[in-house]
Amino acid sequence: MKVELKVTPDKYLPHRYAGASGDFNPIHIDVDFAKQVGLPSNILHGLYTMAQVARANVNAAGGDPRSLKRLSVQFRGMGFPEQEITVTGSVKEERDGRVVVATEAEQGGKRIIKNAEAELETSS
Amino acid sequence: MPLNTEAIGKSYPPFEYEVGKEKIGEYARAVGEDNPVYFDRAAATEAGFRDVPAPPMFAVVYSSGSVAPALFDPEVGLNFAMMLHGGQEFEWGEPVCAGDVISTATTVKDISEKGGMGFYVFESVSTNQDGQEVVRGTWTNIVRGVS
Repeated sequence: MKVELKVTPDKYLPHRYAGASGDFNPIHIDVDFAKQVGLPSNILHGLYTMAQVARANVNAAGGDPRSLKRLSVQFRGMGFPEQEITVTGSVKEERDGRVVVATEAEQGGKRIIKNAEAELETSS
Repeated sequence: MPLNTEAIGKSYPPFEYEVGKEKIGEYARAVGEDNPVYFDRAAATEAGFRDVPAPPMFAVVYSSGSVAPALFDPEVGLNFAMMLHGGQEFEWGEPVCAGDVISTATTVKDISEKGGMGFYVFESVSTNQDGQEVVRGTWTNIVRGVS
């Protein structure tokens, strides 16, 4: 099983994710505000990027959301709209009928999620 | 200034969230899901769900209403200007479907200091209307410059 997903969030993605999730922190949706607090531009929600890691793992397991039993991530660095995110992962171990997948997400050569670990139940 | 750890173990009243089919669709579209089970009731029941299921990470939608009061609690004393969302874990149980009423309770799991940074760990436990656990979340926030 191989985990790989590429996605490029468009310019307005952080706005749609803010509406969908309820997180309207201006660092995600207001370029001027983000620059005022020292960021290069508005940044992606970390939990949006984590959702891409979840999606990549569920897809690799065959697409059934019930297969994802646990996901833990560490957020590192910042993700930006209009740049491609690549999620990759490989099976680290199998235990108790579950597959443990070590995953990370990078953008522009920088890891934005590291040490992610997904536990999947594969349909058998 | 030493970190105030008195809030460890503190819990907050449960927060209730009723899951709507269109809200699931809105969330699923925002995160790029295209599996028809998230949008189409017939596809969902065909796949064995009670109703349209929520994508796993929809957990943030129904549990954040419970976690936020803990984050903003003055007794916890998180310094937001210096805060980073350091890590997140979810452990899923029974799937969440449209029509479910999810109740989430949050506790302050740990407050500790390492290398001048404060680690604030919150745990949220979400259960459905039948008392089944649907997700357990561990939210780790890091605050720079606490000492």
